[in-house]
Amino acid sequence: MSEFLEYSLLGLLSGGVMALIALSFVLIYKGTGVVNFAVGEVMMLGAYLYYAGAVTFGLAPWLAFVISLVVIAMLAILVERAVLRPLSGQPAVAVLMATIGIASIVHGAVEAQWGGDTLSPPTLLPRTPVNLGEILIPGTVLGNFAVAAVLIGGFLAFFRYSRTGIALRATASDSVTAATLGININYSQRLTWVLSGVVGTVAGVLIASSAGLSPLLASAALSVFAAIILGGLDSILGAIVASLLIGWAESVAAGYLGGKSRDVVPYLVVLAILVVKPYGIFGTRTIERL
Amino acid sequence: MNHPATETTASSVAAAERGLALAVEGVDLRFGGIHALRGVSFSAAPGQITAVIGPNGAGKTSVFNTISGFYRPAAGRIKLGGDEITDVPVHARAARGLARTFQNIALFRGLTVLENIKLGGHHTMHAGVLAALAYSRSARSEEIALREEVERNVIDFLEIDHIRNQSIDALPYGLQKRVELARALAMRPRVLLLDEPVAGMNREETEDMARYILDVQEEWGVTVLLVEHDMGMVMDISSHVVVLNFGEVIAAGTPAEVRSHPRVIEAYLGAESAVAA
Amino acid sequence: MRTGVFHETFASEERLWPSPTARGWMLAFTLVLFTMPLWGGDYALALACIVGIHVIATLGLNLTTGNAGLISLSHGAFLGVGCYTVAWLGKHGVPFYIALPAAGGVTALLGVVVGLPSLRVKGLYLAIATLAAHFILTFIFREWEAGTGGVAGTAIPRANLFGFEFAGDRRNFYLIFVCAFIMAVAARNLARTHIGRALVAVRDRDISAEILGVNLLRTKLLAFAVGAFYAGVAGGLLGYFYGNITPDYFVLTLSVFYLAAVIVGGLGTVLGSVLGAVFMTFVPEALRLIAQAGSTWFPGIAGLLLPMQQVVFGLLIIGFLIFEPHGLAAVWARVRRTFHLWPFRT
Repeated sequence: MSEFLEYSLLGLLSGGVMALIALSFVLIYKGTGVVNFAVGEVMMLGAYLYYAGAVTFGLAPWLAFVISLVVIAMLAILVERAVLRPLSGQPAVAVLMATIGIASIVHGAVEAQWGGDTLSPPTLLPRTPVNLGEILIPGTVLGNFAVAAVLIGGFLAFFRYSRTGIALRATASDSVTAATLGININYSQRLTWVLSGVVGTVAGVLIASSAGLSPLLASAALSVFAAIILGGLDSILGAIVASLLIGWAESVAAGYLGGKSRDVVPYLVVLAILVVKPYGIFGTRTIERL
Repeated sequence: MNHPATETTASSVAAAERGLALAVEGVDLRFGGIHALRGVSFSAAPGQITAVIGPNGAGKTSVFNTISGFYRPAAGRIKLGGDEITDVPVHARAARGLARTFQNIALFRGLTVLENIKLGGHHTMHAGVLAALAYSRSARSEEIALREEVERNVIDFLEIDHIRNQSIDALPYGLQKRVELARALAMRPRVLLLDEPVAGMNREETEDMARYILDVQEEWGVTVLLVEHDMGMVMDISSHVVVLNFGEVIAAGTPAEVRSHPRVIEAYLGAESAVAA
Repeated sequence: MRTGVFHETFASEERLWPSPTARGWMLAFTLVLFTMPLWGGDYALALACIVGIHVIATLGLNLTTGNAGLISLSHGAFLGVGCYTVAWLGKHGVPFYIALPAAGGVTALLGVVVGLPSLRVKGLYLAIATLAAHFILTFIFREWEAGTGGVAGTAIPRANLFGFEFAGDRRNFYLIFVCAFIMAVAARNLARTHIGRALVAVRDRDISAEILGVNLLRTKLLAFAVGAFYAGVAGGLLGYFYGNITPDYFVLTLSVFYLAAVIVGGLGTVLGSVLGAVFMTFVPEALRLIAQAGSTWFPGIAGLLLPMQQVVFGLLIIGFLIFEPHGLAAVWARVRRTFHLWPFRT
């Protein structure tokens, strides 16, 4: 029983970071309606930039972290301007393909610059393990979860209570009306991309610090897509719940069925859920006008 | 523009028997908290033109969408020629003779005018996918037969032969509307639902469209159910008018009866005008 | 300038190559390709075989994604299914002319299963369902040792026509070329029937299509099934060509490759599929040549090859989406129009 508890707890905690990645995706989808397949690659790039700052340039880890956030923010603005804006009239397939293209470019560029080997960036959080009764939890896992929880909580509060947050929600919900009310839509959408990039970078740095940095980091996002679908594309709450769920399922499966099953579990869960609840647990079914 | 009924086309054969009656009985439609239609009941007589009018938001397109099967009513029935079709799946209603055009033009941009119109005949085509891939004799003859039928009955009828191979994007609005009508006619309809067929048209285009609709009704014998805001056209061509307001039927009768009905005047012009009339 | 083309029956207008000029060009093109093993060098022939396989796979994906608008990220995995099926059947002595269609059929069935979510969801949900299918399939490729040989891969017996063995590029070229030609014609046939029209209708406005009488579920499943069939055949031919395969051929990048080919070539047209496949085959080759040439100045550039490919794929996808959304097929049509109307201006 304590084995199950251990797997479950570890899974839930790692689900916290997944939730960050999912948040990165849902922000863009809710804010601009764009399906961003490049979430994993952005995350990876942020982590590599952090590595570059902290190791290659020898800066203090916190400084490197901040710089990587800034660079990603600027890149997010660039991408929004150069790629998403020209495509804004085109059908969703086209935009989705464009993000796949961006993902491909970033992935290739990262691998070209830093190679395929695993690197070890310095950690930002303490590594001391924590004891919960019989269960031993690595310090990084707990730390990551704590950071993720704080960040997500902060975002939820931001969207509810701050003026900018409400403006972003308005733009997401009905951009035309928001514009007539004086909200600067371009600015809102750009901000959404920046926030998404920042959140992704945090997730990337957290994972890289605890598990090592390599181009495979980007594929962590793929299981997050499973969580996003499960939670419903446009629900932040759904993304969080689903991430915890998938994290838990992955950990339990890996514990009982062996590490390899971790690869397939999220996808089996997704397919199972799609059969029963096609729009995810919390997703809203859009009513289409004829 | 007279097509004598002696032309040997499928459309003129047994025109009187072509149109079916359409009956909407006690239809109740809700979207979450919104009660879009309340106990709506009316019928369209076979082979006649019936109009559904009402202020914006009265529920006219919702009625059409319910008849098409896109919306499932919370209560009530739809009957086509006496047969209940409330539970018939959407795509199967076409085979029963139900055709329609759409308020916002729903032409397929990836297809030419001719291909769009041919799509109307989809439910009449039976070749399987293997036959299609091989373009076997049966698939080929089916396609050619469809082409001939569409050319004779629809393209010539609506005078759109000069644009048949053009892409939809290049067409002016009025022609797009006409192509939509053509596509609906290619469905071999027995009941034709027209959702604002002359919306956004100038006077000349409206008169042309009205003439086509009358021709369809007279020569093909099709039952026409029409949603429209252009009162002049509605009163001119329909034999029966149903008025909706806030999801309810508030009046039904001949155009003359409806025009002077106090509740109708109130709905359109406000209570004071009703008192004055 | 093309003149003198008058059709007197609808049937003649609906033909695939309606004018004598078109038929002439097509014949010339076919003859040139068909005799390629006689005049082509080894390198060109090997490349032509790869192009042929890519053409078939792209034709399939174009039906599912280009025509019907159903985003499929599992196409690469479908090729794997076709390949492994052909391997298994070949080991049990099934001749290629049965094994190849059978592989297509098996993959088509799988395509129906993968496409089942499409009846209830669209867009991204569908894309992710296909992504999930991809990962589950590749997992099976890697782990199911008995069926696929696991990570070590499997050998595929060469195609055999009553003793005539299709070994080597020249012989495989004929096999591939004939299959590609037949399947391209089949795709064109589909486009001019009601099924082809229904696919496009489902992509553009599926609700309106349904009201017009199109059975959405059947049409969507058909789009997946036919697309998967093509992928299965392409995968089988891949197996016969290489003689050997491992699971790391069928990665997600392969699905992205074919999506890029569909976009670059032009969504929804057979010509687009062919042009896109040809173009996308030459891109890695061009990069390889550049890397080889540049290795004298930049040693170690060869290691950058794979990442550079990814960057170039991405740039191509985005570039075409922004600047030429209708792909190479539209460019081709523009060029043709200029020639048709020459010496008059377009």
